[in-house]
Amino acid sequence: MPVEIDIEHVARLARLALTGEEKERLSRQLPDILSHAAKVGEVAAEDVPPTAYAVPRSNVFRADEPDECLPHDAAMAGAPEVEDHRFRVPRIVEME
Amino acid sequence: MASNDAHETVIGLECHVELSTATKMFCGCPNEFGAPPNTHVCEVCLGHPGSLPVPNRKAVEYAIRIGLALGCEIAPRSLFHRKNYFYPDMPKNYQISQYDLPLCVGGHLDVEVDGRTRRIGITRVHLEEDTGKTVHPGTTGRIAEAEYALEDYNRAGVPLVEIVSEPDVRSAEEARAYLTELRATLLALGVSDVRMEEGSLRCDANVSVRSRGAAELGTKVEIKNMNSIRSVERALLFEEERQRRALAEGTPLVQETRHWDEDAGRTLPLRSKEYAFDYRYFPEPDIPPLEPDPAWIEEIRASLPELPAERRARFAEAFDLPPAQVRVLAGSTEWADFFEEAVRLGADPRAAANWMTQDLAGLLNQHRVELSGSKVTPAHLADLVRLVGEGTISSAGGKAALEEAFAKGASVEQIVEERGLRQVSDVAALGAIVDEVLAENPGPAEQFRSGKEGVIGFLVGQVMRRSGGAANPKLAQDLLRERLLTGG
Repeated sequence: MPVEIDIEHVARLARLALTGEEKERLSRQLPDILSHAAKVGEVAAEDVPPTAYAVPRSNVFRADEPDECLPHDAAMAGAPEVEDHRFRVPRIVEME
Repeated sequence: MASNDAHETVIGLECHVELSTATKMFCGCPNEFGAPPNTHVCEVCLGHPGSLPVPNRKAVEYAIRIGLALGCEIAPRSLFHRKNYFYPDMPKNYQISQYDLPLCVGGHLDVEVDGRTRRIGITRVHLEEDTGKTVHPGTTGRIAEAEYALEDYNRAGVPLVEIVSEPDVRSAEEARAYLTELRATLLALGVSDVRMEEGSLRCDANVSVRSRGAAELGTKVEIKNMNSIRSVERALLFEEERQRRALAEGTPLVQETRHWDEDAGRTLPLRSKEYAFDYRYFPEPDIPPLEPDPAWIEEIRASLPELPAERRARFAEAFDLPPAQVRVLAGSTEWADFFEEAVRLGADPRAAANWMTQDLAGLLNQHRVELSGSKVTPAHLADLVRLVGEGTISSAGGKAALEEAFAKGASVEQIVEERGLRQVSDVAALGAIVDEVLAENPGPAEQFRSGKEGVIGFLVGQVMRRSGGAANPKLAQDLLRERLLTGG
């Protein structure tokens, strides 16, 4: 199945800065991946409803009871930078 | 805005409600406002690889409660989806939400505007998780001028319900009525503390203006950042006027998101880069579908409390109260329960309603306290109504006793004794005071005798003052008249 991909759009959604060579290569590779996944459609029978879940389960809940949180220092250990007990991250608005 | 002109306003409201569960939506971190930054966080709500979100059963129950109260159908099967976006308020780079299969669909909320009932359709009610809280350091606090952002993830993952209305709202006033009724309903359901100033109830509005009777909607503008019911109303009035003027002038309107500036009292466009999202929703693979057991749904339906609209109808009918008082008393569960308890303790309903909506409401306003935060109890109110009704204390004495009960919480009986508020109904004791007052006020006494009967009020006031509010005003007036008319 031929798939049209706007590689610029996909790259922008993923916040990836691709070189011209990468764009050209990925434009060829991505349709192959999608075509491969689309093969599932060939074996899907009328009597099998579409689903996003392979395991036939539903209603997995937890009780509304508190668990331990991470100690503050451990929680902040993965932060790129910390300021005022908060995660410091780059400015949010993209300026171009 | 005139309603007989060529255009009509079409408004849809999207409300977000933080649920008052003990823990977050998908993990056991406490759901608590105001904790030090990043202390109510764990691997799940920080989005650490390999962590597994598991839905909070109570949050699902609360969302079903809301759906049932709004007359929605509870979907036999619904899914969580990932809503992908690059914004650091969610550490996962997506928010777990619901998309094409929400938990509740197709309800309504009846609201009263100008004495008429309007039915506002509810499109859907779905469950999601709240985001973290972002601080933009910098002098102005404006996003565009900050060099970096600071994130506190305590709120990330707090259970959030989104309630989307149909575009059935036709004016800012109807929007206010809808939000007021929705807030009262959520409060009665006990699912949220619905404090707009703390962000536990938030609202965005879609507004457009079209030719009256047209089937097509006009160009839609979304308004954000309104943090009180009053600011929603103001923002809608502003936006409605702006769009109508543009249409009248032939200026094209653009579909956009605008930000309400509370201080400036106007809406301003956000730059398109800030909201041009493609969320690429896909089913959350870590959470199996929700298929609520019909028996569970019926159990929740059976546990629904009396809703504000039902309560108003019952109050008007059972207690024969005027609509304005009914709106105040039945406007919140707290007030309604307080009133009903006082009536149960024997208070006359009309008298109790008057004391509550006038004197007690005045005291609460003056001291900026909520009813629940005051020392006054339904027992105070019932005693007050009884003692004034019996004539044991005057209504002025009642007001004094209420103020004292409000300040100290002591029983009304005790206050009446301690402060000597018991009405002086003893003819001899009161007669002595009346004589003094007449002796000191020969002018007014003469005016009365020459036909200015109204001056009796002044003289009764003097007797009340001299008796420290304890005189029986009816008896005081009788004694004054008797002496004045017999030339005594």
